[in-house]
Amino acid sequence: MEGTLNLVGYGLSAIGPAIATGMIFAAYISGVARQPEARSVLQPIAFLGFALAEALALFGLVLAFVL
Amino acid sequence: MRSLFRLSGEGEGFVPPSSNDFELPPVFGDNAFTTKPIFLVFLSVILVSVFFLLASRKAAVVPSKLQFAGESIYSFVRNDLGRDIIGHEFMRFVPYLFTLFTFVLTNNIFGIVPFLQFPAMSRVSFPYVLAVFTFVVFHYVGIRKQGLGKYLKDIMFMPGVPKPVYILLTPIELATFFLVRPLTLSLRLFANMFAGHLLLLVFILGGEHLFQGVLGLKLISPFAFAFGIGLTFFEFMVQCLQAYIFTLLTALYIAGALADEH
Repeated sequence: MEGTLNLVGYGLSAIGPAIATGMIFAAYISGVARQPEARSVLQPIAFLGFALAEALALFGLVLAFVL
Repeated sequence: MRSLFRLSGEGEGFVPPSSNDFELPPVFGDNAFTTKPIFLVFLSVILVSVFFLLASRKAAVVPSKLQFAGESIYSFVRNDLGRDIIGHEFMRFVPYLFTLFTFVLTNNIFGIVPFLQFPAMSRVSFPYVLAVFTFVVFHYVGIRKQGLGKYLKDIMFMPGVPKPVYILLTPIELATFFLVRPLTLSLRLFANMFAGHLLLLVFILGGEHLFQGVLGLKLISPFAFAFGIGLTFFEFMVQCLQAYIFTLLTALYIAGALADEH
């Protein structure tokens, strides 16, 4: 077996952003389901939140390779 | 059974793709300025300019297919990213947003175009430069609009907050505006392209390696290739999404700098 422990750490650290992304889109979907006309308002907010949560996972990825 | 699934007969191991696969050798001699990503960036500039020049050359009331395609992309950036987010002053920023969107999108999509197959944005220097442009633009706009003193004061001392909280809030706000924003903007784009390209490499190279193994592994390798193809479509979605998010965040930062209070 070869490889570094970094990637295991990255896998663990990706749990948080994964849950966050799921919650963001769950809220977005239920918001649109309740009020379909609010879709255009909610969409940029949802993608912004998704991008912010995802950034943490990607920092983990970068650090897993850098460290 | 064991001989059916033994890894390749000669005992040579599979070398998993790593970040070394992104450091391509120079094309001409050892001039470091002639690597593949640089040519891809130039190619993207040519492609974008030629496409939109052709699309807007014979503008007619009843648009041709090409004109329609060009205008759809333009109106998407103008309306969904410019008007809806920046507000009534948006027309000044549409050229910048539009250039950013088409440039990033083209360079991302190079990642799945056959024979090119390298997203230029997976070299971190390109996103860094784009983030520096956005950084300069939104600070410049904010300073021009509100004056240097008021702009910095609004960043550091957010109105409507109890005084002791500033001890905590001021460093966070300063770091957000001058460090975290440009850094996350560039690293997000870079890391997405990097991770996506690595993912494709794992499945395609892994499938190829399995195909060189014994019979049992040969039978498995089509699944790896099929997964690789599926992930290519997933990558296409991610590439479009990242171009959108990069432009969306730029528009949001500009809108924040233009607003009277943050």
